[in-house]
Amino acid sequence: MIDNLITALGAEFVQLSLTPILIGILAAIACALPGNFLLLRRQALIGDAISHVVLPGIVAAFLVTGSITAVPMMLGAGGAAIVAVVMIEIVKRLGRVEPGAAMGLVFTTLFAVGVLFLEITDTSSVHLDVQHALLGNLESLIWFDAEGWGSLFDPEALATLPPQLPRLAIVLVGIGLFIFLFWKELKISTFDAAFAGAIGIRTRALGFALVVATAVAAVAAFDAVGSIIVIAMFVCPPASARLMTNQLGRQVGWSVVFATISAVLGYVFAGYGPGWFGSPYAVSAAGMIATVSGVILLLTCLFGPQRKRTGQRAEA
Amino acid sequence: MSSAKLVAESGKILDAASKDAPLTVRGLTVSYGNKPAVFSIDASIPVGSMTAIIGPNGAGKSTFLKGALGVVPRLSGEVRIFGKLFEDARDRVAYVPQRASVDWDFPARVIDVVLMGLYGSVGLFRLWRARHREQAMECLERVGMADFAERQIGQLSGGQQQRVFLARALAQNAEFYLLDEPFAGVDAATERAIVSVLKELKTEGRTVVCVHHDLSTVAEYFDRVLLINVRRIAEGPVETTFTAENLQETYGGRLAATHIDELHLA
Repeated sequence: MIDNLITALGAEFVQLSLTPILIGILAAIACALPGNFLLLRRQALIGDAISHVVLPGIVAAFLVTGSITAVPMMLGAGGAAIVAVVMIEIVKRLGRVEPGAAMGLVFTTLFAVGVLFLEITDTSSVHLDVQHALLGNLESLIWFDAEGWGSLFDPEALATLPPQLPRLAIVLVGIGLFIFLFWKELKISTFDAAFAGAIGIRTRALGFALVVATAVAAVAAFDAVGSIIVIAMFVCPPASARLMTNQLGRQVGWSVVFATISAVLGYVFAGYGPGWFGSPYAVSAAGMIATVSGVILLLTCLFGPQRKRTGQRAEA
Repeated sequence: MSSAKLVAESGKILDAASKDAPLTVRGLTVSYGNKPAVFSIDASIPVGSMTAIIGPNGAGKSTFLKGALGVVPRLSGEVRIFGKLFEDARDRVAYVPQRASVDWDFPARVIDVVLMGLYGSVGLFRLWRARHREQAMECLERVGMADFAERQIGQLSGGQQQRVFLARALAQNAEFYLLDEPFAGVDAATERAIVSVLKELKTEGRTVVCVHHDLSTVAEYFDRVLLINVRRIAEGPVETTFTAENLQETYGGRLAATHIDELHLA
């Protein structure tokens, strides 16, 4: 048993599985953190919207630059996210419709534009298709030069880490700092925006910063793991966490725990799960991570200590 | 007279007349869409007074408060708080929004909400500390909610929620309190508790303004009234301003004459 474990976590694990798992964890947490506030502000759909509009962004970036290297892809995705946020705001104001309707309108339209772009342009020479956009390619983010756990201390090997790993690490640190430094402001303005405005919190700027953090998380995670997992991680871990506790700080903590569990178990189930049932194939890790997060949400709905609540809905 | 001159003159009047007045408003207009919710309202609230803002549903009572504090954007008008712009007098003002305007399902305990009132004394990038907790507990004590400090806010009754909001305002230790319908949907015990706290504030020389619905308690709770129905109808002491004529004008005949007879009018 222990021998098995050591083999399972040996050199091959470091080379093939360590980096995808770490990237999955970082992506999941980076999305779950802002997701907590989006959920409580009833804006969870904005994460969904942004992760969809990333597709036309990267296709447009490919059409302009002719390559699928990271920087133009990220810029295209970021640009599309900004366009989408502005369009949502315009539809909301001019159409005088509720935010959810404006988001639904904008992100389905832009996603359709992205699919259309893909269909009418020749992207067969590169790895850019709807499948990739939805599910990413987490399994391919392996660490070629790793020879075992020792490689973690080998600068040469570390230099060949998949670039998504440090990129997501930086994004996660940025989002974590934003939430930590503006904890009071985020908490107060999420609970009571009118009071927050009256005591001098710049609620509009803060709301915009939260959307920017969401977009950054979505774009960085999208590149590594696809949009399915991004959407799931914005919503499922925070929603599960809400059912575990009645305190915001603990909710955020639980969401990190659930995001991590989803990423690890999802990856393991996807890679090894089919084998347990005698199948030689593996299934999509991103899809399985999203599935695990959904199962966790189901379990917390059934057994979470705070699943029954008596609070009244806001009337306004 | 040009309109620019008008604005300048009204500005001068404001600066001269309102050095100590907690709230001076000239020509406040706020509109949602194309329809003005409040139109060109003037008001002047003296120090140490307790004023009820009265008017029918949709008269713009809440909007008047929000517009005065810049919580909603103003179309026009000037507002001075203790003779200054609100931005420069923020820490002297405590605003209590309508209880129903927030989601009480929010993951917070009673003490967490009261601590929000101490935001100004915590400092940028810092968190609430033990002494803030002590202060928050004292405020909960004053509204009779100390035993509920650790309770989840979603488990409170409407009256208890309103007391928590009042405790949060007390934590701000302001000179000027603006409350939006503090007595809406609360039980009799809560109403008594809130009135007694508000009267304490007045005794301490602080100023209180409430959006108020129950005409039968106006004379008992307040010493001044501001009657509005989109426009200002009347403003002044209860004895001279809270009259049947003014109420008829404010409510536009929607108030039954028999109802008016039952009020303790001037």
